Amino acid sequence: MTKDDIKETILDILSDIAPDDDLSTLKDEIAFREQLQLDSMDFLDIVMELRKRYRVQIPEEDYPHLRSMQSTVDYLEPRMRDLQKV
Amino acid sequence: MVSGRPDNQRIVITGIGLTAPNGNSLSEFRASLLEGRSGVEPFETRYVGKTLAGVCRFDETRYQTKKDVRRGTRAASIGIYSANEAVKSSGLDWPNVDKSRVGVYVGVTEHGNVETENEIYEIKQFDYDTKFWSHHHNPRTVANNPAGEITINMGITGPHYTIGAACAAGNAGLIQGAQMLRLGEVDYAICGGVSESIRTFGIFASFKSQGALAWHDDPTKASRPFDRARNGIVVAEGGCLYILERYDDAKKRGALIYGELVGYAMNSDAVDFVMPHPARQAECMTKAIRMAGISPSEIDVVSTHATGTSGGDAQEAQALRQVFQDDPAVRFNNAKSFIGHAMGAAGALELAGNLPSFGDGVCHATINLEDPDPECALPHMVRSEPHDGLKVDYVLNNSFGMLGINSVVIIKRI
Repeated sequence: MTKDDIKETILDILSDIAPDDDLSTLKDEIAFREQLQLDSMDFLDIVMELRKRYRVQIPEEDYPHLRSMQSTVDYLEPRMRDLQKV
Repeated sequence: MVSGRPDNQRIVITGIGLTAPNGNSLSEFRASLLEGRSGVEPFETRYVGKTLAGVCRFDETRYQTKKDVRRGTRAASIGIYSANEAVKSSGLDWPNVDKSRVGVYVGVTEHGNVETENEIYEIKQFDYDTKFWSHHHNPRTVANNPAGEITINMGITGPHYTIGAACAAGNAGLIQGAQMLRLGEVDYAICGGVSESIRTFGIFASFKSQGALAWHDDPTKASRPFDRARNGIVVAEGGCLYILERYDDAKKRGALIYGELVGYAMNSDAVDFVMPHPARQAECMTKAIRMAGISPSEIDVVSTHATGTSGGDAQEAQALRQVFQDDPAVRFNNAKSFIGHAMGAAGALELAGNLPSFGDGVCHATINLEDPDPECALPHMVRSEPHDGLKVDYVLNNSFGMLGINSVVIIKRI
């Protein structure tokens, strides 16, 4: 998967988790929490969805990497580059 | 004796919010009951396949964000809709109500089955690896969930809990609210019952295994309590929550009063897991009538519990004949014939459907009662068409459940 594929996947997951938010204006470098109504349970949803869709395991100590779209994609790219987008 | 109660011990209904398979407000529900409109339709559920159900179609996002709907449970969405609608109908100055003095008491038949079934279905795809089990499972399945989500949605900081009372739960919620008001624990009670039961395949499968799941080629004719051709229960979802307050408070603020809760009773058969016991049901009705300070002959309308099962309907009829044997005027009706069995919401919904009779003098009918079963014979069963021109002062509402739980409430016109 490319970085664009990963971003698209995260956006798809976010559209389920934050259905009331407008994701079209989401800024990659700004923290999700500053732009969306997300709490800790929502971040666990992102972790769970990645696990379900791609079997990607994100250890708890790495959760801070899921701060923004930019940091999330940077963190996931080496872990997902060999996967096919579903 | 209620006549001896001071105004601050008299409990009145000042708001009603509901969603039923045939109406999303009291006026819509009542109109459906008077016009003979069923809410039963074809329904398909996991593993069980094609069946029938009473399905609610209320505006979920009227009071919740899409995200809150997704995070929470169906029971809670039904509760949140009903609670907000109840407050709206009460005319309360809600922003200025002291939310620490509001109690939320929600009757449920069961809770947690829907989410548990969903999670097991989900992890089956992952060879039952519990790493894929949702972190939402616990907050969704704790027994207080439907009541708790209402408090979060409405900023209520008073007590909240659910009352697990099988299919007697709607009445039980109402009774709990009245008791807490009388104790002075709260100033307003949001109470009644909710049901999400059609979202669990287990309830359908279990009734089917028991030989108690209704079927008819015409879904609107499947729920037929007291009829000779009845063949079981139509499962329904729904919710009905009331605003209860003390009469002196309601009078002071000039509230519209739907009726006064003058009598109630709960008791236990102590006999069987599923089969009801007419003697205890009769005893429960008699206790409620005694609390109301009236005689059975003063009851004008009896909203029966009958669910459409062969044994249960006959046994309730036996109990009713025993209590009302000297009362030639009492009218009997049944709302399940329209909407199916809304489980935890049933008692609360069925009562609500009858309260407008204080104003319009009409007793809604029991539909699908084309060939009354002699075993269920009741004088003045209102069937097919509503009966109008009545003076209704007292409505008695029966609601019974598995494990022999019986509940009765009596509402008086004010």
